[in-house]
Amino acid sequence: MLEILEAGGLVTVQDAGRRGWQKFGVPVSGAMDWFAHRAANVLVGNPPDAATLEIGFGDVTLRALRDCVIAVTGAGFVTSTFAWTFPLWTSFVVHAGGTVRIMKEGDGNWAYLAIAGGIESESMLGSRSSYLRAGLGQKLEVGDRLNIGQPSRSLDELAARTFSPDKLPLYSSSPVIETLDGVQSNWFTKDGLETFYSSDFSISPSSDRMGFRMDGAPIARVHAAELLSEGMTIGSIQIPASGLPIVMMADSPTTGGYPKIANVVTADLPLLAQVPFREGRIRFKMTSVEEAQARYRKMTRALEDGIEEVENDAKFAQ
Amino acid sequence: MDALKPLGDSSLLITLGDEMDPRLNRRVHALASLIEAAPLAGIRETVPAYAALLVHYDPLTLTYSQLADWLRLRLDQADSASARTPRQIEVPTRYGGASGADLEAVASAHALSPADVIRLHSRRDYLVYMMGFTPGFPYMGALDAAIVTPRLETPRTSVPAGTVAIAGAQTGIYPLASPGGWNLIGWTPLKLFDPASDSPFLFAPGDTVRFIPIEGDDA
Repeated sequence: MLEILEAGGLVTVQDAGRRGWQKFGVPVSGAMDWFAHRAANVLVGNPPDAATLEIGFGDVTLRALRDCVIAVTGAGFVTSTFAWTFPLWTSFVVHAGGTVRIMKEGDGNWAYLAIAGGIESESMLGSRSSYLRAGLGQKLEVGDRLNIGQPSRSLDELAARTFSPDKLPLYSSSPVIETLDGVQSNWFTKDGLETFYSSDFSISPSSDRMGFRMDGAPIARVHAAELLSEGMTIGSIQIPASGLPIVMMADSPTTGGYPKIANVVTADLPLLAQVPFREGRIRFKMTSVEEAQARYRKMTRALEDGIEEVENDAKFAQ
Repeated sequence: MDALKPLGDSSLLITLGDEMDPRLNRRVHALASLIEAAPLAGIRETVPAYAALLVHYDPLTLTYSQLADWLRLRLDQADSASARTPRQIEVPTRYGGASGADLEAVASAHALSPADVIRLHSRRDYLVYMMGFTPGFPYMGALDAAIVTPRLETPRTSVPAGTVAIAGAQTGIYPLASPGGWNLIGWTPLKLFDPASDSPFLFAPGDTVRFIPIEGDDA
């Protein structure tokens, strides 16, 4: 078991998401940064879709109640246990009674803590992902304890593994985010589309797991007709009456009624999720569905062959 | 207009029209049933809406063009294929009172009495065109033209679970306490969403619903 001693920011359990219930209006949820979530699991020998702790925007301290192997991934955090500071994207042993601290430091928003065996919180509608608006899962607080499953291998085999740095997403506070043409892009003027693809946007601090609201130049529309509500997805970019884009994120409603100018490709969702609110700058760029799917396949292959043993693993033992 | 378009790299949108029309919507549900009865490997789920069906898929298993080719073959069949038999669901509803706080305003906006609004709202069957907004929220219609009412100018920050509401030609029920901009006209004791249950949702897209007026005090 893991016990939570400090829970700053937003701490929830997230897995690869809740699928099969969108027709009833249930969002997929799951990790904001799918790549970091899966990589954390792979590092500790879990199935890639196992449940992890998602830590957003704050410091967290945990105590291990038995020996375990942990990996923390993501961007904008550092990890320490006793005197040791560990880089992200590395697995390490924590002995029974030991504590791990994950501290917000640097550019980035979300960290993923995977533990060998996975977090075994209650599964609701086939997933352990938290969706707080509907009471699925909960915001974790000091004193909460998490059940852990059986590791797939011995802790010795799972510790001191790291993720090859050249296979990581290029996290940045000013990324270029690739998108596909939106299903209603012809609802926008030529100037509006030009503004969308050639100006800088920042992420409003009023953003959350449901959507990232963009600050920047408003996008002009051809007419003010209303769209009949239709399905949308994580990455869909809606333009409401204000003209300022909203990028739908993990807790996106399943349907929406604003025209969609574009859709962020799956491969760039991790980059977008980690852009610092307010200070970061985003540019959107158009790509093709074939390119987008090829990039996604390449990233999932990197998850399979990105793991390396740490050469001198003495420093990872306590 | 090509009816099929990528909506991102993991979803495909099939647009069948651009209006709220029961026959068009039945075609959306028929197509969803046809796909789900014998799905192509890689299709994750479908999301019906008023006039469009969104198909979510795994791009590691299927490319966009493979899925589009497969779906084009089924578009025509959806006309003859029957959607699942719609269920008829009765919703006991206590109109007015604190949980139907806009009933009188709706009535006076149309120069009707609250009793007229109740009669007009409860005397016809509604189609669940689609679900969305929050888990279990049914978008139903169409209202009698005499009680079609615009959304509130300022949405409420919290509407209680079970509240029956109208907006435009639509009627709906809030499954969870949530913000809401629709006109509140009543309340039902039915539970629309129960994640611990074997059948977590009271409604499914394509169902038929009728409101049954009941008496009682505010909960």
